[in-house]
Amino acid sequence: MNPIAYQAGRTYASPHAHGGGKGARAMFFVQLALAPATLFGFWLYGWPAFFLWLVTILSALFFEFTCLRLMGNKTPGRVLCDGSALLTGWLLAMTLPPWAPWWIGFIGAFIAIVIGKQVFGGLGQNVFNPAMAARVALLISFPLQLTTWVAPLPLAAPPSPGWLESLHIALGQAAPPDAMTSASLLGYARSELARGADLLQAFAAGQAAPRISWLGVRAGSLGESSAPLLALGGLFLLASGVIRWHAPAGMLAGVLVPAFIAHAAAPGAYLDAQAHLLSGALLLGAFFIATDYVTTPITGAGRFIFGLGAGIMTWIIRSLGGYPEGVAFAILFMNALTPLIDRCTRPRVFGRTRAGEALEAGASSGESA
Amino acid sequence: MGLMEKCFGFSWGVHPADHKRPAADAPVRVMPMPERLFVPLAQHLGAPALPAVLAGQKVKKGERIANPQGAVSAAIHAPAAGVVTAIGEIPAPHPSGLPVLAVTIEVDGEEACDGADGGPPPCDDPFALDPAEIGRRVAQAGVVGMGGAAFPSALKLSSSKKAGVETLIINGGECEPYLSCDDRLMRDEAPAIVDGIRIMLHATGAREALVGIERNKPEAIAAMREAARAHGDVTIRPIPVRYPMGSEKQLALTLTGREIPAGRLPADAGVVVHNVGTAKAVSEAIRHGRPLISRLVTVNGGAARAPGNILAPVGALVADVLAFAGGLKEEPARLIMGGLMMGMSLPHARVPLVKGTSGILALSAAEVDDRAPDPCIRCASCARACPMGLLPLEMARHIAADDFAGAAGRGLKDCIACGCCAYVCPSRIPLVQYFAHARGRLAAEERARLRLDATRKMAQAKSARLAAEAREKAEAAARRKAERAAAAAKAKAAAEAEAAASEEARALVDA
Ligand code: SF4
Ligand code: SF4
Repeated sequence: MNPIAYQAGRTYASPHAHGGGKGARAMFFVQLALAPATLFGFWLYGWPAFFLWLVTILSALFFEFTCLRLMGNKTPGRVLCDGSALLTGWLLAMTLPPWAPWWIGFIGAFIAIVIGKQVFGGLGQNVFNPAMAARVALLISFPLQLTTWVAPLPLAAPPSPGWLESLHIALGQAAPPDAMTSASLLGYARSELARGADLLQAFAAGQAAPRISWLGVRAGSLGESSAPLLALGGLFLLASGVIRWHAPAGMLAGVLVPAFIAHAAAPGAYLDAQAHLLSGALLLGAFFIATDYVTTPITGAGRFIFGLGAGIMTWIIRSLGGYPEGVAFAILFMNALTPLIDRCTRPRVFGRTRAGEALEAGASSGESA
Repeated sequence: MGLMEKCFGFSWGVHPADHKRPAADAPVRVMPMPERLFVPLAQHLGAPALPAVLAGQKVKKGERIANPQGAVSAAIHAPAAGVVTAIGEIPAPHPSGLPVLAVTIEVDGEEACDGADGGPPPCDDPFALDPAEIGRRVAQAGVVGMGGAAFPSALKLSSSKKAGVETLIINGGECEPYLSCDDRLMRDEAPAIVDGIRIMLHATGAREALVGIERNKPEAIAAMREAARAHGDVTIRPIPVRYPMGSEKQLALTLTGREIPAGRLPADAGVVVHNVGTAKAVSEAIRHGRPLISRLVTVNGGAARAPGNILAPVGALVADVLAFAGGLKEEPARLIMGGLMMGMSLPHARVPLVKGTSGILALSAAEVDDRAPDPCIRCASCARACPMGLLPLEMARHIAADDFAGAAGRGLKDCIACGCCAYVCPSRIPLVQYFAHARGRLAAEERARLRLDATRKMAQAKSARLAAEAREKAEAAARRKAERAAAAAKAKAAAEAEAAASEEARALVDA
């Protein structure tokens, strides 16, 4: 081609290259990291869990699509492909009781996508983590359904409900049989404490008390049971650079350090660190919720503070508050503080002091590569 | 870097694929004079030069055709012998499309000897010259910074001398992908570069020179080490490969550990930064009296048929350089003057090469990526990549809301437009474009404010003048009135006196 004939349609802003990263890639990696713990949940709680998961995710996609359409978006399909609605639905499903009826997932997805996200302006604009907002709203509106746990019933085990029976449970036409309902450890501890019982004795007492399980064979939410698999997913995300260590480390420290101290001081009134670590949504929260880009601070320091705050709040709610589990409340609370944390943890600008003043001429910062 | 900064701080910069070879390994090709040269009068930072020739005039190679004008400016010389056919506007290498003033020379092939008229006299022992004289001669040769910013070098030399700079930093980083003209120059002309560095040491009074070369140029490092071996005051320092390592501030920090304060010159941190190409140009100017009329430029990119480095005359059209370099394989998706990260996209190839042009990139469609932007997901990749410690996403948020002052308050002034943030943004938000837009709007607002101030001052001056005039008039009227009254009183008194006198006279007559 003759160079003189070159005529660009327009000129372009620099830089003229791109590193190739994509937002959808991060979303995909998070889903990949969630998969083992999710599959474990299906295995542990049977088909109803799978149906609930499916309904929640499909509802999330449906609401996202509908909102985009209503707002006149010409290519809703392209936005759906970013994977964020799918991930929100998935995360929400992970926190629901595995045998909850389908409409819990449906309403939850509505709250998460429509109220939690699109009302704020869509992707990147929401202040609160949509899955956590939905989870809290559900808990307040439907406390019974949200606190009905089933004992772990591995899929192949004989009392596990079959296909059809599971469908009935998922459709809400059959309640989980009483024999199968079970208390979660945190719930048990809370009600025992409310009775004025001593925790040590309560857990020592017979069969009724839930046990700690490192493998995650316990009553609990759909995807929160398996500590090793959640941690594995989290490590995978850390290794692939999708998330950074600050928020998870902060959150774990925020729960475990107070738990350790309090338990050491008054073992009868406070659960130990291990029980906190293996119960409820702590690991899911630390690796998958507190690391959400949109609703957490930007800088490493900010994210650490966020995680620490969420962890301490979680411990306080679990140990002293009215609810047995506090991860969702704690995350929402810290979400609200995120702009403030961001303002207080801005990085130091080159050539300026932390306060933003220009450095003294002739002064050396002492930094060297 | 403290432990806290390491854990919580940012690992600035990015690592784009460098695409430097095979262009960097190809020997330099010397471009013959094209038929016509278009030499812009504003090739440097500061005021454009003032033409010193007339249309129709014959010029010799190296003859001065424009003089510096104002405090910050540089002289311009004829890159070839020929006839000035026009001094007028030509399309500028600028996205705005606004034309620039240029001297058009019809090349007639008559080669004049080096150092004709315009350039400084050749000199065998530059170290015997007074430092100020070196500055004068560098100015005479029209040398400007050849790394891209094109700041007049003589000014930098004299201001460093005044500021008592201790360390001369020589930028051989060439961190921009695709470019290899500095690499090539260091491999081929290391002795001349080192000579130029030593002349600059003499001119600035600096104690030592540190030459920073990225580790991906082992041949250049070896050649420069060899050339600098005999000179203890010139140290070659291999530096990590990381963009924008070649940026003044980042390079100074890496080599000396000194941080240039915001809004100040490097001299305020005791350093001054020159490019290796500039060092070579200084040596040429001082030793041989050669003005800066040609330069090495890298032709590269997927659409270029034969990538490599070309020694081309200033004023040659990009189209001519591309054609000499082997032409284009395909229609380029983008044509860029400068580097991949900070260069500017050209609307067409009929723009001339200037002293600061380091590269011409013809990118193929496969090399560019024009995906539409998505919303910001606050992933903070941009903040981690920013070498200045800024939060590009915050600035962009303010700019998107037309809050330009807010963006300025959040570091827009400190942004060096390096493009790291836009390079890593997974949502492909054109952050640098946002910042350029905001800078433009802020500058326009500033101009408007100045204009308003000027008008207000003029209006105030006018009303003050009017008030003064009115007051004067009133005073004058009062004065006149008083005078009239006094005159009347006098007249009356006179009349009375007269009457009295006549009365007296009458009385006398009567008597
Ligand atoms: S262009 Fe500006 S904001 Fe972006 S990375 Fe470079 S210095 Fe930072
Ligand atoms: S890199 Fe892009 S998407 Fe990520 S925070 Fe910065 S502007 Fe937003």
